[in-house]
Amino acid sequence: MEMELQTTFTPWSSLAGGGLIGLSAVMVMGLFGRIAGISGITQGFLGAVLPTPGSPRDRDWRLTFLLGLMAAPFAILLASGTVAHSVPSNLPGMATAGLLVGLGTALGSGCTSGHGVCGLARLSRRSLAAVTTFMAAGFATVFVLRHILGGA
Amino acid sequence: MRPALGFLSGLVFGLGLVISGMANPAKVLNFLDLAGTWDPSLAFVMAGATATAFLGYRLVWRRAAPALETAFDVPTSTRIDRPLIAGAALFGTGWGIGGFCPGPAWTALPLLAPGTLIFLPAMLVGLWLGARAKSLDIFAPKRALQ
Repeated sequence: MEMELQTTFTPWSSLAGGGLIGLSAVMVMGLFGRIAGISGITQGFLGAVLPTPGSPRDRDWRLTFLLGLMAAPFAILLASGTVAHSVPSNLPGMATAGLLVGLGTALGSGCTSGHGVCGLARLSRRSLAAVTTFMAAGFATVFVLRHILGGA
Repeated sequence: MRPALGFLSGLVFGLGLVISGMANPAKVLNFLDLAGTWDPSLAFVMAGATATAFLGYRLVWRRAAPALETAFDVPTSTRIDRPLIAGAALFGTGWGIGGFCPGPAWTALPLLAPGTLIFLPAMLVGLWLGARAKSLDIFAPKRALQ
C-alpha cells in the first residue's frame, strides 16, 4: 500500500514479545486444552452473535480472551506512554484486506497463530503447508503492490 | 475462573503482539517487503513464539488433561486439501495488503486507526462467509491434493 516507511529492526523485543505469544498459547493449552488460534477464537465470538457453521461452543473463555487482546495496548500505554503503530490509510484496500483475511482463515482453518505458532509447535504437516502458502502469498502481494504497481 | 483466565491469556498474547511489533502493520508489511524496506523482526517473533510453545506444549501434555477441561482437543487431521491451501493463499494476500492478521487486528482496534476500524468488521464478514462456504459441498474436505 502507499505507506513505505522505514521501521527499526528490533530483534530482542521481537523475540521477547514472541515468547509472550508462545506463553499465551501454552496457557490456553494447559487451561482449556485448545489451540490458541485467533481466527478460531473469533469464530467463537461470531457464533455467539450470528448462526455460524462450525463455531466452537466453549465461548466463555474465547470472549474474554478477545477482551484481553484489546486490553493490551492500554497496559502498554500506561507503562510506557506510547504504542508504535502505523496502519495503511487506504480504506478500500483495508476493507479488501479484511475480507480476504477473514475468508482465507475460515477456509484454511487458521491464521498466523493457529497454523503458525501452535501448528508449527505441534509439528503439524498441515500447518506447515498453510504457513508456507500464506507467507509466500504475503511476500508476493507486497512485491506486486510496492515494486510492480509501485505504491499506486 | 474460566473467563478470568481467558482474559489473562488474551492479555499476555496482546502484550506479546505489541512488544514484538506484530501489532504494527508497518512492521509486518516491511517484513514482507524483501525487495524494499525489509525489516526481519517478525522472524524473531515467530521464532520466540514457536520455540516457547514447542517446549511448553510438551510440558503441559505430560498431564492427563488440561486444568479446566476434561481432555485436550487438538486437531488430528493431517490432510493437505484444497480449502487449506486456497484459504491460506487468500489469507496471505489479505495480510500482504493490510499488514494485519486476526490477532493484531483485535489488539489494534482500541487505538482506533481508520484502517483498523474498516479492516476488523470486514474480517468478521469474511470469517462468517468463509464458515458458511466451508459447510457447502464444494469445499467439503474430501479431495486431498496429493
